[in-house]
Amino acid sequence: MADVVRGLGVSPGRAAGQAHRMARPPVLPPRGTVTDPAREIGLAVAALAAVAGHLEQHAAKAAGADARAILEAQSLMAADPALRESVEEAVGAGLTAAHAVDAACAHHREALLAAGGYFADRAGDLDDIRNRAVAAVLGLPMPGVPDPGHPYILIADDLAPADTAGLDTGTVLALVTEKGGPTSHTAILARTFGMPAIVACPGAAGIGDGTWITVDGASGEVAIGVGEDTAAAVQSEARAARESRSAGRGPGRTADGHPVPLLLNIGSARDLGTGDAEGVGLFRTEFLFLGRGDAPSFDEQVAAYTAVLQALPGRRVVIRTLDAGSDKPLPFLGLPEEANPALGVRGLRTARNRPEVLDTQLDAIAEAARASDAETWVMAPMVSTVAEAAGFARRARARGLRHVGVMVEVPAAALHARRLLAEVDFLSIGTNDLGQYAFAADRQHGELADLLDPWQPGLLGLIAMCGEAGREAGKPVGVCGEAAADPLLATVLVGLGVGSLSMAAPSVPGVREALGRHSMQECREHARLALAAGDPAEARAAMTGAGH
Amino acid sequence: MPEKTVTIASRSGLHARPAKIFVQAAAKQGVPVRLRVGDKPSVPATSMLGVLALGAEQGTAVTLQAEGPGAEEALDALAELLARDLDAEDPNA
Repeated sequence: MADVVRGLGVSPGRAAGQAHRMARPPVLPPRGTVTDPAREIGLAVAALAAVAGHLEQHAAKAAGADARAILEAQSLMAADPALRESVEEAVGAGLTAAHAVDAACAHHREALLAAGGYFADRAGDLDDIRNRAVAAVLGLPMPGVPDPGHPYILIADDLAPADTAGLDTGTVLALVTEKGGPTSHTAILARTFGMPAIVACPGAAGIGDGTWITVDGASGEVAIGVGEDTAAAVQSEARAARESRSAGRGPGRTADGHPVPLLLNIGSARDLGTGDAEGVGLFRTEFLFLGRGDAPSFDEQVAAYTAVLQALPGRRVVIRTLDAGSDKPLPFLGLPEEANPALGVRGLRTARNRPEVLDTQLDAIAEAARASDAETWVMAPMVSTVAEAAGFARRARARGLRHVGVMVEVPAAALHARRLLAEVDFLSIGTNDLGQYAFAADRQHGELADLLDPWQPGLLGLIAMCGEAGREAGKPVGVCGEAAADPLLATVLVGLGVGSLSMAAPSVPGVREALGRHSMQECREHARLALAAGDPAEARAAMTGAGH
Repeated sequence: MPEKTVTIASRSGLHARPAKIFVQAAAKQGVPVRLRVGDKPSVPATSMLGVLALGAEQGTAVTLQAEGPGAEEALDALAELLARDLDAEDPNA
């Protein structure tokens, strides 16, 4: 009989497989005394060399030149003679091998942080080297994503974006974490890839590597030590469910046939996938601008926008103008450092200082639109006043762009949704930022994840105001944000008056299926119950009661 | 000591791929080469961590220094690398 432990199911579906744990960063042992400095230096240097070799091997296997360059650079850091000198100094000062690695990495970490910008981002690479080398010195398992050589269920304390960058979503069958909440990185990742996931499951701590387990991402149950028959049955059921989902085709619609276009969030033409998308609801243009010393030229921008527009003839493509700020710094914008970047000069506000960057971008979008058959929509990020919306609309329309909208990410914009729609043709709600600003909770703050839950009735209330304003004006209101990718929440959003949902491509089948199972009347009932709920848990539970 | 000052041409600065190419090239020189920005302390050109900590972006002027036989050749070779936009070159070439 298998043991059952429970957590919070955050991405539905079932899976069966062997559990493999992502090793935690090693804990330093108490400081010892050095009796043989040469031996300590030898241990530390050998550990760093092993890490450098490991990273080099990974680099050789990496897909894509960018990923390879990052791993090669990281390998050179581990092999850096300067790091070795710091280790020797630390041992000289009386530290044992593990502590010497820790101290040497901490020393160089400071220097990287002092360099600022994207140089400081490399401090994370050094932390990874430190964890791996300390583990090697102590004879502990190598931290990081396991590689057992077969499909498995990943167990972890919690997952950070850096942990999952190298995650092979074809090999990981499901995710179970001891910590985390419904909006943690684990949950987002799992929903994006349609992978069953359970978070906040302290009982997962006791699962040994290689144990056969089953995971139910809807109920939050993990059965530990299941037999072969059970595992085989769950696996074949999971396979059938996957096949039925991926067999779903065609436009999004409710069970009673109300169309709800399911659009894609993309960063470039590469993200379009197989090309049967109904359109693009969010084309982030930042990739063209990031990591460069000067603004991309008009011609370069026209080429990038044209590549996307030409792939989708006759379909809607919503292009968002540059969304940068001091949290995503662009050297050529010359933005000063700010104490509070999330509340600073970002999004459309950057056009206050550098209007010509936005003008060139709008020129390029208009030029690309003229040369394609796609329905080109354009929208501005981080709009907070009616005047900002009107100003943006004027600039875009002056260039012949006919579908001009703004994003609703600031509560003030949601409160004035009706007045915004008097100036523009559509609204697109960015639920992640709208949640952050409505609840005064930093999106990166792990301990405040509960406030950022897209099921928060307060957030849904703001979305409802936008939906209502859209209905009155007869103008489209869409959602492009984490919320749109949650199949059950999608029914709530549609019930609140949202007409289109935009998400990463892997999330489309699950949302299409959920909408197809509910009529518009049921969606409205879901919306009513979710708005009336006291908190996100109650809102989710109310859906079950509503016969979901 | 022979020196040579050059402006970083790579789009991403002396970072990621350009930094990797530079550090590897420095290791192949016959003489130790050091690198600095302005009058800040110099770092060994073979130290990835040191080179990154310079924080040299596109357009930053950096000074290479080396001494001994082959110093001039080493400075020329490395200066030439820094003056190219390594980000724009085909990584598979």
